[in-house]
Amino acid sequence: MSVTQAAEEAGEPGRAPSRLVEELESVVIRFVGDSGDGIQLTGTEFSRAVAKAGHDFATHPDYPSEIRAPTGTLFGVSGYQIQFAARQVFTSGDAPDVLVAMNPAALKTNLSDVKRGGIVIVNSGAFTDGNLAKAGYKANPLEDGSLGDFRLYQIDISELTAHALKETGLSKKEIGRCKNYYALGLMLALYSRPLEKEEEDVRRKFAKKPEIAEANVLALRAGYAYVDSTEMFVTSYKVRTAKIAPGTYRSLTGNHAAALGFVAASERSGVPLFLGSYPITPATDILHELSALKHFDIATFQAEDEIAGICSAIGAAYGGALGMTTTSGPGMALKTEALGLAVMLELPLVVVNVQRGGPSTGLPTKIEQSDLLQALYGRNGECPIPVIAANSPADCFDCAIEAFRIAVKYMTPVIFLSDGGIGNAAEPWRVPDPESLPKLEVRFRTDPEGFQVYARDANLARAWVRPGTPGLEHRIGGLEKDFLTGDISHDPANHQRMVEVRAAKVEGIAKDIPPLEVDGPDDGDLLVVGWGSTYGSIVQACEQAAAEGRSVARVHLRHLNPLPPDLGGILKRYKRVLVPEMNLGQLSRLLRERYLIDVIQLSKVQGKPFKVSEIYDRIIDFS
Amino acid sequence: MTSMTATPTLTKKDFESDQDVRWCPGCGDYAVLAQMQKLMPTLGIPRENFAFISGIGCSSRFPYYMETYGMHSIHGRAPAIATGLKLARPELSVWVVTGDGDALAIGGNHFIHAMRRNIGLKIILLNNRIYGLTKGQYSPTSELGKKTKTTPLGSIDRPFSPVAVALGAGATFVARTTDADQAHMGSVLKRAAEHEGTAFVEIFQNCIVFNDGAFAAITDKSVRDDARLLLEHGKPLVFGKNKDKGIRLRGLEPEVVTIGEDGVSVSDLVVHDEASEHSGAAFFLSQFDAPRLPVPLGVFRAVSTPTYEGMNTQLHADARASRGRGDLAALFNSGDLWTIT
Repeated sequence: MSVTQAAEEAGEPGRAPSRLVEELESVVIRFVGDSGDGIQLTGTEFSRAVAKAGHDFATHPDYPSEIRAPTGTLFGVSGYQIQFAARQVFTSGDAPDVLVAMNPAALKTNLSDVKRGGIVIVNSGAFTDGNLAKAGYKANPLEDGSLGDFRLYQIDISELTAHALKETGLSKKEIGRCKNYYALGLMLALYSRPLEKEEEDVRRKFAKKPEIAEANVLALRAGYAYVDSTEMFVTSYKVRTAKIAPGTYRSLTGNHAAALGFVAASERSGVPLFLGSYPITPATDILHELSALKHFDIATFQAEDEIAGICSAIGAAYGGALGMTTTSGPGMALKTEALGLAVMLELPLVVVNVQRGGPSTGLPTKIEQSDLLQALYGRNGECPIPVIAANSPADCFDCAIEAFRIAVKYMTPVIFLSDGGIGNAAEPWRVPDPESLPKLEVRFRTDPEGFQVYARDANLARAWVRPGTPGLEHRIGGLEKDFLTGDISHDPANHQRMVEVRAAKVEGIAKDIPPLEVDGPDDGDLLVVGWGSTYGSIVQACEQAAAEGRSVARVHLRHLNPLPPDLGGILKRYKRVLVPEMNLGQLSRLLRERYLIDVIQLSKVQGKPFKVSEIYDRIIDFS
Repeated sequence: MTSMTATPTLTKKDFESDQDVRWCPGCGDYAVLAQMQKLMPTLGIPRENFAFISGIGCSSRFPYYMETYGMHSIHGRAPAIATGLKLARPELSVWVVTGDGDALAIGGNHFIHAMRRNIGLKIILLNNRIYGLTKGQYSPTSELGKKTKTTPLGSIDRPFSPVAVALGAGATFVARTTDADQAHMGSVLKRAAEHEGTAFVEIFQNCIVFNDGAFAAITDKSVRDDARLLLEHGKPLVFGKNKDKGIRLRGLEPEVVTIGEDGVSVSDLVVHDEASEHSGAAFFLSQFDAPRLPVPLGVFRAVSTPTYEGMNTQLHADARASRGRGDLAALFNSGDLWTIT
């Protein structure tokens, strides 16, 4: 679909002529309801609809760690926020323009975030005495005037859905589950999206349960028609399509993108992939995705625990596969000893840590980037491991390939940091031509002549030998090795030499890191340095400040160990350096220690991403 | 095995690495190593297709001394590492050498899950009922009341039987032998090597420094005939110097009887069936302990069940048969696409 076509299709077929259409630059919508209400599905479907219309978008799913918390409770509220716009979108937006609240608890927990004067659509049918009490409301907020700052729309979605579906013969419970499609229909109409495509999607999604598919279509249509047939909404809205690079796109979460990247790494190296993993939120989707791809050279193994996850991957790597494991913070802690083994063995291995709030069990479904120092230092002994981090859902694809590129080239474990924000959030991904992706060169040694287990190439990498190769039988292990033969060695000088060569090997990757791209002036008042999922907020905050004439530039780090070789020079070109992080200043420490400069820390550890304004406010303090 | 003619004839020497063996003189591990090196060339498998994986402990030094592929890994994790290797390379003959602490204490989880899956690993547990490498603490198989450096007043930990644990976890091949009977050990290891699926062998192994004589009451030539019960498939449970003692069932309780006394004949004795579908009979034998009952040695259980790696290979073959070999471009372009021009 072309941009123009998309815009045309976004017209208002059958729309009441009296309705005003207001053009918007961008919109932030948040859907909230019970964790069993299908909120995540509604959000995903809505984002799909706007993507197909040619908008750029970014999302932020926010759900409780309870699978189905008791209905109507404050802690059971699940949310999905999307920003879509006529321009490039980097975050899911600071404050919603529109809140769709399916019950009192959802309203109570989210109202304070909504823009003053914003739209609040509530399912009034859920505002029963019981639900109000569960949410801790003494009076009904729909009646006591407390929502006076907002444009409130009360719609009895429960009742209207039931009415639309009364002929279907479905049970009350089943009908209740269709409410989310009614809400989706409302929003599609309000934002001038066509209905037909969504109906096709619903039928495809519920192909195995046609009666449920038809019920959801009925609910969707009813919601859509409600906007047209009542005079409640005097205005509907239209967001112009964005200028997006031509190409074929699909919507991907970070975990899904990472999975595709790992498949690509396997296909582009011609080496089978092996994933050993133990389920843990928010990383498990990578295991789900790869488990479904057995027609590729991909083996997945759901291990008995986190330790077996990484150990099986080490065993597979020894066997000549691209070994990898996926986890989140607590699981990472459990894998620590095995990571040390992988460093000693000098085998390629990729470990994905989809970070979450910590310490301990922490906030399993919330966002944090507090495992950076653990990734760098969290092992016994001098135990260097390269670390890279993805900055957005789509970037997880590239990082997955980059992680294996480093792992096989340098014969080393690599830690790939993602987080729950980008792991679960979706954004458009431009589908690449597989041939355009980097080829990973893997050469297994087969020549017994002059073979030494720990002899190294120019990159200080030792040879990778597949068991089954005649004449190269050898033993490796966690005990210190002789520099050349790999035999056990307790020789003091040899140990120092080995510690140093392992460090030098990882440090040497720096020469292999592309130059950093600085966005903004080459020198000036302020440089904002970021890593990981803070990318979107930093970009928008910097753009906003720069547009107002502030002297600010920014740089975002993919490689955290080793750091890019040109970073030191860049840091020195600015008067101040600001580092926003969702931790208590972990990259800040690294930069201070490494470059002997002061940096301004901006820390947020609330389980939520930075708002653009939070970073912008600090930028204008220093630029 | 058809490649026998193509494979140069290997000898025990071909499986001896150039590393100095560093176990204590007189350690039972030497006997196990010798039997293993003797067994390898008889299996018809090219040397480069063997891999020995170990964890930590005295016995875990084993791979260094085998001229095969091998890994001396971290404490308790050898079955997990070997599982990854076997899944990635099902054609390899993968062996795990472990000890009572490595397999049953720190590595208990991986140990039981390997059995449960029936993945084609040969797991050889050298049980000396003590922690040797850390110089003499009690292990999960040390007897109640055992005095060690960490139990100066005697251990209050109840030991468990490795054989019973393996059976409880669903192992399809379970056997026990001793370092003191080379011929028996050789035959048991050979059976393990030939088993498809997880093969578990417990070897009673003497630690000459920290637990000398732990198994003497079972293995010493002067007493062993009356203290041990050599299991033979399809044969009655007979033991004793004069082969005149046997095991008879009274209800579900085993009792020692003398053949020829009180009208007892061989036909009254329990007959060993290692291929029994359910593992109850093998578990029954695993509970035999000295001095009340003779300690069984030999194959407790050997049943044929699909292997984990075999089923995994099949899943991949089926997926390819139904979907075709995966294609990257097709994968990328699946799902909900839209085009911007």
